[in-house]
Amino acid sequence: MESNTDNQLLEQYTQQEYKYGFSSDIETDFAPIGLSEDTVRFISAKKNEPGWLLDWRLKAYRHWLKMAEPEWANIHYPKIDYQNYYYYAAPKEKKQLNSLDDVDPEIRRTFDKLGISLVEQMRLAGVAVDAVIDSVSVKTTFKDKLAELGIIFCSFGEAVQEHPELVKKYLGSVVPSTDNFFAALNSAVFSDGSFCYIPKGTRCPMELSTYFRINAANTGQFERTLIIADEGAYVSYLEGCTAPMRDEHQLHAAVVELVAHADAEIKYSTVQNWYPGDKDGKGGIYNFVTKRGICEGKNSRISWTQVETGSAITWKYPSVILKGDNSVGEFYSVAVTNNRQQADTGTKMIHIGKNTRSRIVSKGISAGKSHNSYRGLVRVTKNADNAHNYSQCDSLLMTDRCGAHTFPYLEVHNPTAKVEHEATTSKIGEDILFYCNQRGIGTEAAVNLIVNGYCREVFNQLPMEFAVEAQKLLSISLEGSVG
Amino acid sequence: MTLLEIKNLQASVESKDILKGLSLTVNAGEVHAIMGPNGSGKSTLASVLAGRNEYEVTGGSVLFNGENLLDLSPEERAWKGIFLAFQYPVEIPGISTTNFLKTALQEIYKARGKKQLEAREFLAMMKEKMKYVEMDTKLTSRALNEGFSGGEKKRNEIFQMAMLEPTLAILDETDSGLDIDALRIVANGVNKLRSKDNAFIVITHYQRLLDYIVPDFVHVLSGGKIVKSGGKELAMELEEKGYDWIKELQAAN
Repeated sequence: MESNTDNQLLEQYTQQEYKYGFSSDIETDFAPIGLSEDTVRFISAKKNEPGWLLDWRLKAYRHWLKMAEPEWANIHYPKIDYQNYYYYAAPKEKKQLNSLDDVDPEIRRTFDKLGISLVEQMRLAGVAVDAVIDSVSVKTTFKDKLAELGIIFCSFGEAVQEHPELVKKYLGSVVPSTDNFFAALNSAVFSDGSFCYIPKGTRCPMELSTYFRINAANTGQFERTLIIADEGAYVSYLEGCTAPMRDEHQLHAAVVELVAHADAEIKYSTVQNWYPGDKDGKGGIYNFVTKRGICEGKNSRISWTQVETGSAITWKYPSVILKGDNSVGEFYSVAVTNNRQQADTGTKMIHIGKNTRSRIVSKGISAGKSHNSYRGLVRVTKNADNAHNYSQCDSLLMTDRCGAHTFPYLEVHNPTAKVEHEATTSKIGEDILFYCNQRGIGTEAAVNLIVNGYCREVFNQLPMEFAVEAQKLLSISLEGSVG
Repeated sequence: MTLLEIKNLQASVESKDILKGLSLTVNAGEVHAIMGPNGSGKSTLASVLAGRNEYEVTGGSVLFNGENLLDLSPEERAWKGIFLAFQYPVEIPGISTTNFLKTALQEIYKARGKKQLEAREFLAMMKEKMKYVEMDTKLTSRALNEGFSGGEKKRNEIFQMAMLEPTLAILDETDSGLDIDALRIVANGVNKLRSKDNAFIVITHYQRLLDYIVPDFVHVLSGGKIVKSGGKELAMELEEKGYDWIKELQAAN
């Protein structure tokens, strides 16, 4: 739209600042810059880790040195200098935290700005929150209440100290330390994250949530999340992320592992809003994440839902290994790219057990000069009788200068498999916008209406509060993006 | 009361002059039919009044309720009470007609500072107005116009018009592609909406529609100008003599 008012709108909105772009003045404890065996040892020592974990890290590090950064994704960025990052940055602790009053007021202010008042969350009795700033988990709420049910929900570091047998058993069991370049890097230098164990037959009574925040400059964040749902257990887990606006690119390479035993169900939802960089592509988070779940037992179910609006680069394929018979894997995704953002995201569904089912719903939205790729693998192994996959990959284009790409891979080794794939590409054309305008719906409102309609199937998978947040995020990310 | 006052309007699309000095005055309570051969500028007039971007106004003026209409964006015109029933309504995937109209009404009421309808009131209004054009609930819950037949799309246009209650409605060849039953349904819908406070501009190529929507005035558009105006009998005359008659008339002038 060329008229004056539209141009003004466009200007106003594209120049709207990233809302979470503040940085906090928190005293920080750094490891020396760069990466070496000494860095790995430094981190492990800082975390007071047992010998086996240090060995595990070192093995990952040595393997990483021999690996090459993957180049197959449809993303372009200058070579990352891994020696130019800090691999450990922790808010300086003055003493052991016993109550909320002991949390550094500056950290609390940070979370207040993010809309996650820890105190408030305590009162609301709705969601248990683990908050991770830079490398360290600063506070986990509701721990005691959950403990009564035998549910363990704590920082990863704490789990290493207090539940070493569980960590040792499951760490790397879904994403081996040598799995890929970024997973190996994470395995070597991960500093904290969340740990969750739901015992047999227990339904977790509240949403568990982790908020990740990168604060310190030039810092990589390498968190690790491990969630185990024992037989018949259920948990819904939410993850949110933000970062300050900085001119340089920050590195984020997380690993998430999910284990669902027989009859267990894990729902994992992400609203990813890392700083995407400015409109010319300056700054922003490089988000290289490995997320994988295993449906270990029969009748188990793992569901990934993601709303990806942030990051300069997103490289992420939340996957499910369907090992147990009758297990179900789901992937629901909305990925939005605007300005110069690049996303290469999708999933892998590996059918191993009999009668396994998977469902993939991917909604890509490209605006500005961005590039948005769906990349998905459906593999049906030899013994996976009666496997069924349904994939739907839709792309929505907002301008003539952006790109949408789809890379579906199918590997079917069992003749009884049923695999369906549907794909559509649409553009919000001038004629549709004019039609909406003529009915009194301005361009911004029309885009919101259309985009929300387009994403509804994915939003419906999110818990209520998260769905509302996701809708708001989407409208902020896309304001002024039509043209 | 004068609702719309078009004076010497000139407009072009892709640097081609289409309207070449069109003047028309429409008062509240009136129905004006605009007829003319293909390429005479009928649809351009509709697009210019609704504010479509590709059309450039190169001269003349348009006042709506005394206000310069040409300064307003398409949505502002809608808020002021202008409605265009499209010749080719678009399909919008993922949004039901119900949801679309709810949003449209919310935006219009917001702009007018009018109290928003409650869900119950909105649904009651839907139910009432659907009767005007014998609209099926199956259609309103489906994605807007997606997979609708030509007739269903046109009915949906008139249904939306009934919901938005415009003061000036422009019907751009609403009769094109309609069979006689659909034509009657659409015309009935329009007739139910006629009142002393609103006005209609009915653009059509054929006289047939005017048997059902009886106009107060008929204007013949040719070469981007109104070349002849009259009462409803002018439509009959045109039907008999054909558009060549108009061209001869023009040549003689």
